[in-house]
Amino acid sequence: MHPAEPDPTEPDPLRIVLAEDSVLLREGLIGLLARFGHQVVAAVGDAEALHAAVAEHVPDIVITDVRMPPGQTDEGLRAAVALRERRPGLPVLVLSQYVQRSYAADMLDSGDGSGVGYLLKDRIGQVDDFVAAVGAVAAGGTVVDPEVVRQLLRRRRDPLERLTPREREVLALMAEGRSNAAICRALVVSDAAVGKHVGNILMKLDLPPAEETHRRVMAVLEFLRA
Amino acid sequence: MGEGGVWRAMLRPEFACSALPWRAAGYLLVTGATGALLCAGLLVAVVVFGALAVVLVGLPLLAALGLVGVAYAPWERGLLRLLDGTRVADPHQVPVRPGLPAWLRLRYREQATWRELGFTVLAAFLLWPVDLIVVGGALVVPAYLLGALPLLLADGEQVNVLKVWVVHSPVVAGALGVAGLAAAALCAYPLTAVAAGRAALARLLLSPTGQEVRIGELVSSRARLVDAFEAERRRIERDLHDGAQQRLVALSMALGLARLDAPAGSALATRLAAAQREAGAALAELRELIHGIHPQVLTDRGLPDACADAADRSPVPVEVRLDLPGRFAPAVESAGYFAVCEALANIARHSGAGAARIEGRYADGLLTIDVWDDGGGGADPAGGTGLTGLADRVSVVDGALTLDSPPGGPTLLRVEIPCTPLSPTPPSPTRCA
Repeated sequence: MHPAEPDPTEPDPLRIVLAEDSVLLREGLIGLLARFGHQVVAAVGDAEALHAAVAEHVPDIVITDVRMPPGQTDEGLRAAVALRERRPGLPVLVLSQYVQRSYAADMLDSGDGSGVGYLLKDRIGQVDDFVAAVGAVAAGGTVVDPEVVRQLLRRRRDPLERLTPREREVLALMAEGRSNAAICRALVVSDAAVGKHVGNILMKLDLPPAEETHRRVMAVLEFLRA
Repeated sequence: MGEGGVWRAMLRPEFACSALPWRAAGYLLVTGATGALLCAGLLVAVVVFGALAVVLVGLPLLAALGLVGVAYAPWERGLLRLLDGTRVADPHQVPVRPGLPAWLRLRYREQATWRELGFTVLAAFLLWPVDLIVVGGALVVPAYLLGALPLLLADGEQVNVLKVWVVHSPVVAGALGVAGLAAAALCAYPLTAVAAGRAALARLLLSPTGQEVRIGELVSSRARLVDAFEAERRRIERDLHDGAQQRLVALSMALGLARLDAPAGSALATRLAAAQREAGAALAELRELIHGIHPQVLTDRGLPDACADAADRSPVPVEVRLDLPGRFAPAVESAGYFAVCEALANIARHSGAGAARIEGRYADGLLTIDVWDDGGGGADPAGGTGLTGLADRVSVVDGALTLDSPPGGPTLLRVEIPCTPLSPTPPSPTRCA
């Protein structure tokens, strides 16, 4: 993972609803988020309770596990998609144990694809990065786990064929939710070069001219769809 | 009462007063009547179908008559229950594939079919007159004797016993009544003996032989084993997911928090970072291990998504086209999925292919998955244990695996599994609220 981006302003404390059926992780996450000034207003263990908690607290962001009782299947993910349908724009970060393109794509296809994240639970340990990702999703960004992005890069799909290797690298970093400045640092290139790559990517993927952030999200979506 | 119970019951003193002779009479009455009907029906069918055979349409109809025993035998097995209360098992196997052709193929091949036909012919042309004569004699003679006195009193002058003996005296008629009681008790023995003999013949021909019982047991025990194997894989996967995996995440989280507290650049920070890298590597390995045991995407989404995922993981570009009507039994999905995985692994390892394709379809009770590649071919099913294990895995769900891999390629591996979809395609799970 990349180092946490220096943020000149201290981020606003977030009100978070957390859904995780493992007590160990639930308590750990509550403590971790509290340390960065965020407040977990409700911590629940299944999808039904998640719906109820969101209705009651109207949080700034929902963080949910994929697999939850009673079925021990992808109930958390389904609940996340349902929540996004009912409340467009509600930021949701899914924590998963699965490197699974179709799961990540479900999240990104919900709503307009902004304010969503799909991260492996492995990333929680990289505390700074994890908390930064929570903040990015809450602010309407799109964050996809690097491992999922890597799996996608192994696939050969037509729209992406038009990108140069360097542009693909930039797009992969965009999918991870990084800003242009962070991409500059990661690739050790100039700000102008990154701007040019991003412009080329948006052009080659035939994305309609629109507000810059939205087009970035669209590019990431294009990247994730088969 | 059980097999042979009827014979033992006849030796008991209270036998004549028990319900058993009446059950025997009922059994013979019903078998006699249905046997007569069967006789008439078969004669008509043979004549009509035989006549039609001249214009050929009768030939398949005559062939279908070979299965008349399969239709008639369940009725006889049910009647056995009427006599002695025991259930006789069906000797037939359940066809693996749905559909009439598979059923016909299996039935014509089974020995039980021909035993049943033999018994049906016996019942139609030999047994039913015996049944009716015995039950008639055993009921009519005592009934006439018992009826002598009441009939004489009703007539006032005379009664004609058994059409041969004219009786005028009430005393003689009364004595005949007593004799009738004795005759009824005596007739119960031959009546029940004939019924029990007929039942023994029916049981001999219509129940499963030792070998058929063993086959049935083997089939069901194999199905249980497959299910147990599948359940065990899922249990191991669940235990690892709920246990070790969560603990490692918690460990990594604890190390991450400790790193925040360690002075930046200190030896402690370096060691904590190294420890966390190890925890991360363990997590990644465990994730792959769990995925290999039983991928969650297969449980959640079924074959199409699981195959797309397997294709994602393949270093060779794979095109996936699966057109399936819904989900299948877990064992079927597992067998299909792991076959695809093994095939993709072989393609990556040995074939030198530049492209591969997975195609799946379902028709006429058969799930077919083809894995094609444009590699060098020459794959030998006997060569690697991978393919043998694959064939075993597919065969436990009654499936078949065929490999066509000429030298120079291309290679086509086909998995065929007979099955039925569990349900029509449910609404996309991610779209329901």
